[in-house]
Amino acid sequence: MTAMVDDAGAVASTNGQSALTVNSLWKVFGPRADKIVGSPEADLSRAELLAKTGCTAAVRDVSFDVAPGEVFVVMGLSGSGKSTLVRCLTRLIEPTAGQITIDGEEVVGMSDTRLRELRRHHVSMVFQHFGLLPHRKVIDNVGYGLEVRGESKTDRRARAQEMVDLVGLSGNENAYPDQLSGGMQQRVGLARALAVNPSVLLFDEPFSALDPLIRRDMQNEVIRLHHEVGKTMVFITHDLAEALKLGDRILIMRDGALVQMGTPAEVVATPADDYVRDFVSEVPRSHVLTLAWVMRPPRPDEALTGPEMTPDTIVRDAARRVIDAADPVKVVDNGELLGVVDQDDILRVIVAEETPS
Amino acid sequence: MTIELAELDHPAVEAPTPPDEESNRKRWWALGAALAVWVVVGTVLSGRNTQDLPNAELTGFQTWLTDLYGNLQDAKFNGDWFIKPAVWIGDSLDWIVTTLQHLFVSDPDRPLQVAQFGWAGVVALVVLIAYALSGARIAVLSLAVLLAIGYAGYWEAGIDTLIVTGVAVVICVLIGIPTAIWMSRSSAASAAITPVLDAMQTMPAFAYLAPLALLFGIGNSGAVVVTLIYALPPLVRITAHALGTVSPTTVEATASLGSTENQQTRKVRLPMSKRTIIVGLNQTIMAALSMATIAAFIAGPGLGQPIVRALNILNVGVAFVAGACVVLLAIMLDRATERAGIRAELAARSGGNENVRRIVLGVLGVAAVIALYLSHSQLRWSVFPESDFGAQVARRVNDWTDAFTGAVGDFTAWVNDTATTYLLNNLEDLLANSPWWLVAAAILTVAALLGGAGKGSFQRVVTGVALCSLAVLAAGYYAGSVPDINWVPYWTGVVVLLAVGGYLGAGEAFLPTAVCLTLIFGVGLWNDSMVTLSMTLFATLVVMIFGVTIGTWMGRSHRVDAAVRPFLDFLQTMPALVYLIPALALFPPGKFLAIAAAVLYASPVAIKIAADGIRSVSPTTVEAAQAIGSNRWQMISKVQLPMSKGSMVLAANQGLLFVLSMVVIGALVGGGSLGYLVISGFSQGQLYGKGLAAAIAITALGIMLDRITVHTAARYGRAETA
Amino acid sequence: MRVTKRRAGRVAALAAAASLALAACGGGDISDSAGGGSSSGPDCDTLNMAINPWVGYEASAYVVGQVAETQLNCTVNYKDLKEEVAWQGFATGEVDVVIENWGHPDLEKKYIDQQGVAVDVGSQGNEGIIGWYIPPWLAEAHPDIVDNWENLNKYASDFATAETQPKGQLLDGDPSYVTNDEALVENLNLDFQVVYAGSEAALIQAFRKAEENQEFLLGYFYEPQWFLSEVPLVKINLPPYTDGCDADAAKVACDYPPYPLNKVAATKFMDSGSPAANLVQNFTWTNDDQNSVAKAIADEGMAPEDAAQQWIDANQDTVDTWING
Repeated sequence: MTAMVDDAGAVASTNGQSALTVNSLWKVFGPRADKIVGSPEADLSRAELLAKTGCTAAVRDVSFDVAPGEVFVVMGLSGSGKSTLVRCLTRLIEPTAGQITIDGEEVVGMSDTRLRELRRHHVSMVFQHFGLLPHRKVIDNVGYGLEVRGESKTDRRARAQEMVDLVGLSGNENAYPDQLSGGMQQRVGLARALAVNPSVLLFDEPFSALDPLIRRDMQNEVIRLHHEVGKTMVFITHDLAEALKLGDRILIMRDGALVQMGTPAEVVATPADDYVRDFVSEVPRSHVLTLAWVMRPPRPDEALTGPEMTPDTIVRDAARRVIDAADPVKVVDNGELLGVVDQDDILRVIVAEETPS
Repeated sequence: MTIELAELDHPAVEAPTPPDEESNRKRWWALGAALAVWVVVGTVLSGRNTQDLPNAELTGFQTWLTDLYGNLQDAKFNGDWFIKPAVWIGDSLDWIVTTLQHLFVSDPDRPLQVAQFGWAGVVALVVLIAYALSGARIAVLSLAVLLAIGYAGYWEAGIDTLIVTGVAVVICVLIGIPTAIWMSRSSAASAAITPVLDAMQTMPAFAYLAPLALLFGIGNSGAVVVTLIYALPPLVRITAHALGTVSPTTVEATASLGSTENQQTRKVRLPMSKRTIIVGLNQTIMAALSMATIAAFIAGPGLGQPIVRALNILNVGVAFVAGACVVLLAIMLDRATERAGIRAELAARSGGNENVRRIVLGVLGVAAVIALYLSHSQLRWSVFPESDFGAQVARRVNDWTDAFTGAVGDFTAWVNDTATTYLLNNLEDLLANSPWWLVAAAILTVAALLGGAGKGSFQRVVTGVALCSLAVLAAGYYAGSVPDINWVPYWTGVVVLLAVGGYLGAGEAFLPTAVCLTLIFGVGLWNDSMVTLSMTLFATLVVMIFGVTIGTWMGRSHRVDAAVRPFLDFLQTMPALVYLIPALALFPPGKFLAIAAAVLYASPVAIKIAADGIRSVSPTTVEAAQAIGSNRWQMISKVQLPMSKGSMVLAANQGLLFVLSMVVIGALVGGGSLGYLVISGFSQGQLYGKGLAAAIAITALGIMLDRITVHTAARYGRAETA
Repeated sequence: MRVTKRRAGRVAALAAAASLALAACGGGDISDSAGGGSSSGPDCDTLNMAINPWVGYEASAYVVGQVAETQLNCTVNYKDLKEEVAWQGFATGEVDVVIENWGHPDLEKKYIDQQGVAVDVGSQGNEGIIGWYIPPWLAEAHPDIVDNWENLNKYASDFATAETQPKGQLLDGDPSYVTNDEALVENLNLDFQVVYAGSEAALIQAFRKAEENQEFLLGYFYEPQWFLSEVPLVKINLPPYTDGCDADAAKVACDYPPYPLNKVAATKFMDSGSPAANLVQNFTWTNDDQNSVAKAIADEGMAPEDAAQQWIDANQDTVDTWING
């Protein structure tokens, strides 16, 4: 996708203004939850904490930045706290501790009115189970966000129609949600979220409830929309393939805590621990890794006459040409030679599924 | 994962962990042991410490209640300020009902006191409304029902009942929906209002009939208020429940778009709960109709009057015909609201039929205008033609009743004697003739062992002890004159029991049970309450026998269900007084007859719940059991019954409450005990306080039995009440 | 105005009028210009008559009401109320007349003496008797029961039921009436237990069955009561009533006192100068009169208006003394 960031981790802080910043966010469920953060109990494992205090820490000390226009994926198994995390961002679930900044504004501690403004204009969300209003037509579902912020009927109808067309539902605007397939319903959910023209879009496992084929269509739809409207997106999923496909960067959670954050290639190439390694073990390396991960310094005996390629080329895409080429391929960025890749290097990734060290 | 973590925010909705085999077995053993101790000790100490209070004697607390009512009467006479709002409300209600009566029943200022709009106009109007809201079939049904009531000779009384029911239900909606919204938004409000709703539903109307008549007025206004009190709770409960259980994703999604709480209520929760709210409305209408007979005791207009009057002269036939008119109205309103609920869902998206519908509506509208005009100006369209159809039916019913009672009288007498001698007397001995502290301990043990998941925390028990002690203090202050009371052991007993209960890990039912028992003791009617309890338990046992057998039969076959259900509906809506009097020819007045009446009234609801439970057993499981080769009996006993255990307990719960609501009516034919006290409190001023105390005891019994059974049901995985 | 009156009678009258009208002009137009209701005249406004729930009362009430309606042009509203609520109605202005009052010293004290909203309008002519009764066959077969209450214990086991065994059953009745029976049983050392039948209907049905099947039955009953003309129950003799023997409810050991039945009316109504007030003041009749009307209502199933009218037609001279007296 729009690989505007290669240098993982350092992303937003470099250009100074991020769309969304989360700093030391905690969410603890249970009695006297606010007392847990900062106490010794906070270091206990989830099971120990539950046994000792009756509390569950769903999100533990998570921090990250999302740059404008970035697609940021949060990934984890069920129970890892990712859905709680995304709900904390607009305080659908009240965070226990930490800071959240959206478009430069502090969300935690914001007044109810201000929070409502934020939800009405800046951030909107797409849900796993759609959350449509069964008693309203598609067009009125899409226009709901405009309606609650007080726009006139003609204005919101016009805008909603635009959105319906944008997500490819033209002709279905007068249908009721239960007359649509699951994929179409989620398009309605998407159109509803887009209608308010937010700067940040949140997706909570939006495609998990859909059939695989439809899921693929919808993923492509999101990619298309991202190209067209260029929103900042935070995308929650438990599906690694989806995360790798959509994400500029991926945050992996386990038991509420951050395990690893980085580009898809980083995650696949250098898993932070066994948990992540296990996760990515099934992923075809060649589909994720770029030449930057495979290249090596040229050996003195090698001829540097092969074709040139950029370091962000995916291995799979480069394979044909590397194998066909008589000499190693040169990896060049802005005219500077970074390294070379030969047939062996490529085959090691594609066939042996090895990760270069 | 979304849901499971979000739910942690509301620990209350957490499903209780199903009890494991081992703890279950322990509980049953403990229960058996407790019962054995109860029987042995009870037999040895029989007749001691029974807290028996002769009917004519009053405790201090009861006298205090009587005086309180006297003060209220004085306040009304003196026109005290706090009476004024009630008077104003009463006058307004009376004005509304009277105006409607002038329009549709009888206007004293017109010649021959005919109404502004007579029968033809009313029929046309009702048909029009029925068609508009519920469709063609209901329109035809309404037409048939109204004409039948007219031919039976109860046109005016029928319309009076419709008016009172209608006004009461409209007010129920105006009060009930906002209350339900408030309850669904605030758990504090919900916690505060729920016990009030419980009391409104379980407190016998006879206890507050006289004060209501005093405050709001005799006749129309009193009738509306008494109907309102009983009919309001179902609507509030069901609506609050519906609003609170709207799809959480949708609520979250709309919140994420920045809806305010009011927008959520108006645009999301209310429209999405429409179907369920209409179910609540339906229940409320049925409850309102069931008060028609009671309202007649304070000169409320309508079908209740001929029923009560006919019973004064033991004319079963006449009472039956008037009662059947109530049933007809109930059927009409029930089906109409049911259909209206379905239509409300479909209305928005109907397409093709719309034109036909508009034409029919137009035609009916024009017909209604013409009929209204004719019924205003022409006598024959104003006054329903006279017919002796009702009288003929009444005569037939009388003859048939005589023949029937003559034929089976010996058999029923035998049933009466056997059941009374071998079952009822023993049960009553156990409950009412054992020392009160023994019975209290036994009931608490049952509550602790059955009613709850066994997660009693220490804090809960401490709160319980504190609360109970307070209740005992308050009650003791007034109940000082109960004979044979020994306060020190009583105190010690309460505290020790609560502590032991908490230690044993008593569940959620323990505390309410302790509070209710304390209340029963405190109002000074322990013995009468235990007699009532024994009758209630006996009746519920029989109800459950019917419930399980007939329910299983119905649940397994749609044909049987379709055949039996109308009969159950009939039994449920026919005013109980109507079949009680003929029953007097079968059984001698006494407790058994009261029990029989309660069984007749409570069985339908238990049977229906049991049938639903059997039917809702997963078809996959039934299929699997069939595939393995289960025969019919194995299917019932090993699959369908065990899997609908929760429903069966729920059926018992509803059965208990319905039985309890017949305690007062049952006392009219010899039930005695609490029910009799309530009636005599209503009838005799000097006994008012005792009647009210008895009503409080009935309410406490009801809430206690409800909590025990609900939490028992919850243990078997079905926490919801119907 | 409250229109809570029972309308059955009016409907009958009205239907008759309607058929007349139809016969006369073939149309039956309702013309509002004909003026107000035919039954309300200028000199008598309304009479709000409480109907206490027993048939004897109904008989008295409808005879007075029918006279007021047909001969004095009053609008009569009948209101079905138990005594306590009916008296409450004196204070609120909703009830004008209680035509047959059985004692109720507490109510008299409150509404007549203290609040002054009601007045005693004198005897109604009937005398109320309360006591223990047995079916006639039993009185004939075992006259010793009637003669002396002390013989009751001898038959206790015959009177026993499944519910009371081994004790005999004393069937008590209508919750409206004062009963000292629990105390009586105890103080007279009777081997009996009180069972509360709970309603007049239950009592009557029980006695009816006992007479039919020749069963033992001892029950609380009272006269005047129409049922006595169907089954002439026999009152048994308890220790005779003496003044003050029932002063302490717990120690009562004597029979119930006779109740001279009186009429009570709202002070305002009696002071209004309405001819109906005069009628109520003068109304008086006998137990036999009442029983005949009550029997027509209860036994023959006549509408109370019709039963009353039938008696009025046969006794117009008595009625005249009420109106003109």
